[in-house]
Amino acid sequence: MAFKRNVDRLPIVPPDAEEYNVVCHFCIVGCGYKAYVWDANREGGPEPSRNKFGVDLRRQQDADSAAWYAPSMYNVVRKDGRDVHIVIKPDPDCVVNRGLGSIRGAKLAEYCHSLVTGTQINRLTDPLVWRYGQMQPTSWDDALDLVARVTARVIKEYGWDGVFVSAYDHGGAGGGYENNWAIGKLYFQSMEITNIRIHNRPAYNSEVHSSRDMGVGELNNAYEDAELADTIVAVGTNPLETQTNYFLAHWIPNLRGETLEKKNRLLPGEPHEPARIVFVDPRRTVSINAAEAAAGKDRVLHLAIESGTDLVLFNALLTYIYDKGWIDRDFVEKYTVGFEKGPQEPPMYPARADSGEFAGRWPGLDEVVREIRISPEEAAKICGVPAGDIVKAAHWIAEPKAGGHRRRTMFGYEKGVIWGNDNYRTIAALVNLALATGNVGRPGGGCCRMGGHQEGYVRPPYPGGRPAPYIDKLLIEGKGAVHHIWGCDHYKTTLNATEFKRVYKKRTDMVKDAMNSVGWADRDRLVDAILWAIRQGGLFAVDVDIKPTMIGEACHVVLPAATQGEMNLTSMNGERRMRLSERYMDPPGQAMPDCLIVARLANHLERVFREMGDERMAERFRGYDWKTEEDAFMDGYHRHAPGGKFVTYARLRKMGTNGFQEPAVGVDEEGRIIGTPRLYTDGRFSTPDGRARFMITKWRGLQAPGKAEQKRRYRFLINNGRANHVWQSWYYDQDHPLVTDRWPWPFLEMNPEDMKELGLQAGDLVEVYNDAGWTQAMVYPTPTARRGETFMLFAAPRGVQGNVVNNGVNELVIPNYKQTWANIRKIADAPAEARRISFKSKEYRPPA
Amino acid sequence: MRRCRLMVEVGRRQFLRGTVGTATAAAAAATVGGGARAATPRGGVVPDYPRIRLANVRDLVVDEPLEVTYPDADAPGVLLKLGRRVPGGVGPDGDIVGFTTVCPHKGYPLHYVREERTLDCPGHFSRFDVEAGGQQVWGHATMNLPQYELRVDEKGDIWAVGLDELLYGRVSNVLG
Repeated sequence: MAFKRNVDRLPIVPPDAEEYNVVCHFCIVGCGYKAYVWDANREGGPEPSRNKFGVDLRRQQDADSAAWYAPSMYNVVRKDGRDVHIVIKPDPDCVVNRGLGSIRGAKLAEYCHSLVTGTQINRLTDPLVWRYGQMQPTSWDDALDLVARVTARVIKEYGWDGVFVSAYDHGGAGGGYENNWAIGKLYFQSMEITNIRIHNRPAYNSEVHSSRDMGVGELNNAYEDAELADTIVAVGTNPLETQTNYFLAHWIPNLRGETLEKKNRLLPGEPHEPARIVFVDPRRTVSINAAEAAAGKDRVLHLAIESGTDLVLFNALLTYIYDKGWIDRDFVEKYTVGFEKGPQEPPMYPARADSGEFAGRWPGLDEVVREIRISPEEAAKICGVPAGDIVKAAHWIAEPKAGGHRRRTMFGYEKGVIWGNDNYRTIAALVNLALATGNVGRPGGGCCRMGGHQEGYVRPPYPGGRPAPYIDKLLIEGKGAVHHIWGCDHYKTTLNATEFKRVYKKRTDMVKDAMNSVGWADRDRLVDAILWAIRQGGLFAVDVDIKPTMIGEACHVVLPAATQGEMNLTSMNGERRMRLSERYMDPPGQAMPDCLIVARLANHLERVFREMGDERMAERFRGYDWKTEEDAFMDGYHRHAPGGKFVTYARLRKMGTNGFQEPAVGVDEEGRIIGTPRLYTDGRFSTPDGRARFMITKWRGLQAPGKAEQKRRYRFLINNGRANHVWQSWYYDQDHPLVTDRWPWPFLEMNPEDMKELGLQAGDLVEVYNDAGWTQAMVYPTPTARRGETFMLFAAPRGVQGNVVNNGVNELVIPNYKQTWANIRKIADAPAEARRISFKSKEYRPPA
Repeated sequence: MRRCRLMVEVGRRQFLRGTVGTATAAAAAATVGGGARAATPRGGVVPDYPRIRLANVRDLVVDEPLEVTYPDADAPGVLLKLGRRVPGGVGPDGDIVGFTTVCPHKGYPLHYVREERTLDCPGHFSRFDVEAGGQQVWGHATMNLPQYELRVDEKGDIWAVGLDELLYGRVSNVLG
């Protein structure tokens, strides 16, 4: 049987329940929720006067009811030291999600730590240290003393280069402005650390360097633009699964024609129709299927290109549109570098050439088209899609509407190109297209990444260079003496993971063995022993997280963090909408917000350096007298973010789940923060002269080292990515029975004919292997999958896809997960857990 | 130890019932992946489910959905004869199942897709497999599809006697 809770009734939220603003912890969309909290020993009643919603709960509620909550939205948690009921349900008044909850966010309550109901009871509650050969709980002071002493000794002996850091830089749970600022202040201001990487990539770099180099910040539109667009172009993104309620609440209504009234009202004087949509993706996704159901197949175009050839497609679209005269000449003239010879600026690797005709300067649009010119027919050969479909896409993107009005086209892209072939040039080619058609900074437009996590980044500047050091590679080569890890689990979420884990375990085991040779309380000798092991090639590792992680098993100190809901936390979503998600419960055990862990670590480092007699170093770690997360917010965002001076907790609290769109530009007479719905509406882009840049984006095949060879040698494309049920590294989901019941192992979507040739049945476990490593997956028959092309669920604890991703990166150390090829062989018949699950198509079918 | 303490704590809570201690132990043991019927909130006292005759086995034809309601007239559902033994199936062939047809995501009406034996939602594209205990094949609901607990008597009458999940739009499966 499928997982069932056997819940027949839920406690009713009483009228006097406390109410908190909540933003979903997870994806970039940042849906609004409300948390209701009340004493454990009572409840409201079904009569309207006896419940929070003023609704007669003795009756069946209608569809889209604001007065219903699922069992996953309910729990019993600790608040101020007492057990309380909690209901966390979607907020119908939030303009982002309009009352919708995804399969991830609508489980926020069930993801809470609860000793009463037993949910997420393996949350970290105490600092843990490697003592007598195993991880043992200890006090904060004891754990931080060891971390500070080892780190200080390493800095003395190796300089800043001895300290390696892995740290998230995202918003939402774990991240947010408070925690990101704290980490940045510690490592970039108090220390000068360059050997640092981010949660999902092996260096300290941008995922969209080229867009920024061209002056186009990557989150430049408003979600409303998806309701106003004539055409949406979705590249390497599967929004129904990964930005669910952005897609459902803003894209689908436009595809269904439900936003026509709004279009006519906001954009009068031009013809409007329901939107058309172009998907660029080698795989047929559930998003494409849903778009067809909403818009009709004739208004959905799927360009199922050969994996990694996006750049060629964009170049062909630009060439065709340019030749047709559909360029927005006025926009190009006024707001970009223009058509010929862009400005001379010092070369910035790898945007501007070091030699040749374009050395040290930006090209104009005419020059770009001359350099990248390719016909639909030539592109069709490389991309593997009909030339007619490329032409059709060009018409949908840029052919003027009746009366000569410019078509409004919105471009959304994500990991398909970000983790795809030749990231820098490919994204640049798409931005070229958006700029040339005048679609940045206008309603119904935008050229945006769709986003993964929410954002929440304000830090002192990174002291390293460009390209930033390839941290995983350096760790594998034996560099680094101490490794601080903040909310990352590279064992599940890095590339070249087979080799990374092999070396990492070996190096951290050396330190564990040394620690085993000394008594714990003999602190000086313990630190000496650790330093001795480091000199032999060992690595001392400290992990800060909310849950036990796979990389944490290799670490010597594990520190328990609080997460969103257990602390006040600010973040922004994919349209830069900033909200304060309020604290609604206690953190488990001794867990603390990351920003306060940073502060206490800094306090200990100051003390340790003073004890070592180094006053100058000790002074660097002053300025961390934060008592609350709000202190970190005021020190960081309020003082350093653009418009931060207008933003306080009190003002944000008042603005509820709708918040404002960054940057803040003022405060109105009622104390409401005034934001910025769209960027670049004045045509001034993020460049020194305010003019956007174009870039020459020549095709060079599979760019990352080893990819072309891998494609030749191995039979199957192992395309990879996310699924609806799962958030990020499964840190909650691996302990949630609804998720593990559906996906006991990562699925591998595979064409049934390929399965037949390999003698595979649905649910069989297979080994996926190549020159980089090996991993396992569960076969999911998928008739829409092309022969030789599979898709594997990413970051699963029981089968790490990164194990078979080679170490090839681009010039700026962006990983290339998507272009992975491997062979597949059977391990075992479907295990019992796999035999009971559904292997039917994931695609919705309308009524016959 | 933990289990005993939890059981005592749970016993104090007037709203909680069920097997939380066992579930907690299972959650502690299962770190990754599959199958743990692990900890989830349990809420509510067991309502007094009505025992309602929905049909007779003779009324059912393979793959012809029969519209029913349970546990009251405001709760639409479906009885299905599938022609092969399935989880939760009753009757001589173990192939008769019953489900709510209100989507547990946002309460939209589900329709039966005969070719694949799924119940699909036009609102937000979720779908549920009636041959796999109502497992959500893909979708947004945070639960699998509530399934009827069925009994077949000696005359072949099919009786619904309970549900295994909370129905959409209700704080109690039995209203009142």
